[in-house]
Amino acid sequence: MAREITVTVNGTPHTLEVENRLLLVHLIREKINLTGTHIGCDTSNCGACTILLNGKSVKSCTILAVQANGKEIQTVEGLAAPGEMHPLQEGFKENHGLHCGFCTPGMLMRSVELLEDNPNPTEEEIRWGISGNLCRCTGYNNIVKAIQWASAKMRGEETPSTEPEFVS
Amino acid sequence: MIPASFEYEAPTTLDEALDLLEKHGDDAKILAGGHSLIPMMKLRFAEPEFLIDINNIPGLAYIKEENGYLKIGALTREAELEHSDLIHSKYPIFTDASKLIADPQVRNMGTIGGNIAHGDAANDHPAVLIALNATVEITGKAGKRTVPIDEFFFGFYSTAVEENEILTAIHVPIPSNGTGNAYHKLERKVGDYATAGAAVQLTLDSDGVVTNAGIGLTNVNPTPLRASRSEQALKGKKLTDETIAEAAQYASEDCNPSADLRGDIAYKRAMVGILVKRMIQKAAERALS
Ligand SMILES: Cc1cc2nc3c(=O)[nH]c(=O)nc-3n(C[C@H](O)[C@H](O)[C@H](O)COP(=O)(O)OP(=O)(O)OC[C@H]3O[C@@H](n4cnc5c(N)ncnc54)[C@H](O)[C@@H]3O)c2cc1C
Ligand code: FES
Ligand code: FES
Repeated sequence: MAREITVTVNGTPHTLEVENRLLLVHLIREKINLTGTHIGCDTSNCGACTILLNGKSVKSCTILAVQANGKEIQTVEGLAAPGEMHPLQEGFKENHGLHCGFCTPGMLMRSVELLEDNPNPTEEEIRWGISGNLCRCTGYNNIVKAIQWASAKMRGEETPSTEPEFVS
Repeated sequence: MIPASFEYEAPTTLDEALDLLEKHGDDAKILAGGHSLIPMMKLRFAEPEFLIDINNIPGLAYIKEENGYLKIGALTREAELEHSDLIHSKYPIFTDASKLIADPQVRNMGTIGGNIAHGDAANDHPAVLIALNATVEITGKAGKRTVPIDEFFFGFYSTAVEENEILTAIHVPIPSNGTGNAYHKLERKVGDYATAGAAVQLTLDSDGVVTNAGIGLTNVNPTPLRASRSEQALKGKKLTDETIAEAAQYASEDCNPSADLRGDIAYKRAMVGILVKRMIQKAAERALS
């Protein structure tokens, strides 16, 4: 119960034979060997496996590889050329938007679509926008700041200060 | 977790899909957004031998007004409902519901057809469609038929869609002037199913008298529930604190919630009362604006 499919991953077409029951996240990690896409919960809750399928952010643990036949997939590895950073990656780096980093690829891929739909989101819109992504380390505040920082940079505006705020 | 093995086809016409259903009958399942079915297949709660993926069939996703109805194609994604201007301006109850269904990634996949074909009283669209008096369009080899929403849900995971049929659209009568609707659910966190949910649609005449009322409840009964006594309590009356309280009281009495991690029965009944009250108020506000 297998079939041949063709998927374009980060611009490169791949034709391969897959079992019907293979999950898209396993195709990406184990057949195409791109391990930036993580598996956290395996139950469509945590968002660590988020990728873009034809430009839409989706949870690849809850999609069959065969469903992606003929489609474009973008993973965190495709965000920027080696040695370069996407503004979102830069935002996460500058604002300490990650601790262990496990949730980060999913957060980044979700944020790509979020900023495409809404280039100037409010804090509340960002929090709703990443509500399908869990982070067990950061407490989210720095992730929200990272996305705000990237949205300013992508709009060509001055980026907010990344100095920590001290409360006396 | 990986689902058990199955055969898979992705037909590109409705006819082909219906042929496959005819051939494989009970062993086959339709795959729409997959966000109820695939989790169930991983857990072995469902083990279809054959999956018929309808995502490559053109013409099943649309939102349009036609012949007195709002028509929504079965394959319309939650995200499309959430971001549609027509829905937002004229049918805000769907925006209310879609926003509270799971999270943005799930809403990019999940379809309204799958949401009701799943036949789960925990899902949010059933109550909304009850409040709106929708009809469901179902297509088989013999053609199309429509089923009123009150005759659609049979029991747990069981609906009026026969094993050789496909749910193709949802039809909602275009409401008359003076109509407002609203939905809200109580959830413990984003992505959780409702502890309880209430959908309300009201039509008010120029004197503020309720001429029509539809009220549906989420996850407080084995099947999606119409709060009939509450509807009757509002019809022909002006909305006062007393009439609203009476309707809310009936809803909390007439539902049949079960105790689970989301709360005990008394708590859920109390929440139904509060949600029905608030949604009546919100629907009335929208009717007047
Ligand atoms: C993390 C998570 C949280 C969720 N939270 C919520 C929530 O809060 N509220 C809520 O309402 N839902 C929730 N859902 C469920 C989600 O909305 C599903 O997408 C929806 O219930 C099913 O739609 P689908 O298109 O994904 O259907 P599928 O999973 O593809 O199908 C579901 C069932 O319906 C059948 N079916 C589907 N389409 C048709 C059709 N056109 N004709 C005939 N049969 C058909 C399938 O054979 C299957 O039996 C959640 C899901 C996840 C993963
Ligand atoms: S691994 Fe897919 S959502 Fe958690
Ligand atoms: S940085 Fe560790 S889970 Fe988010």
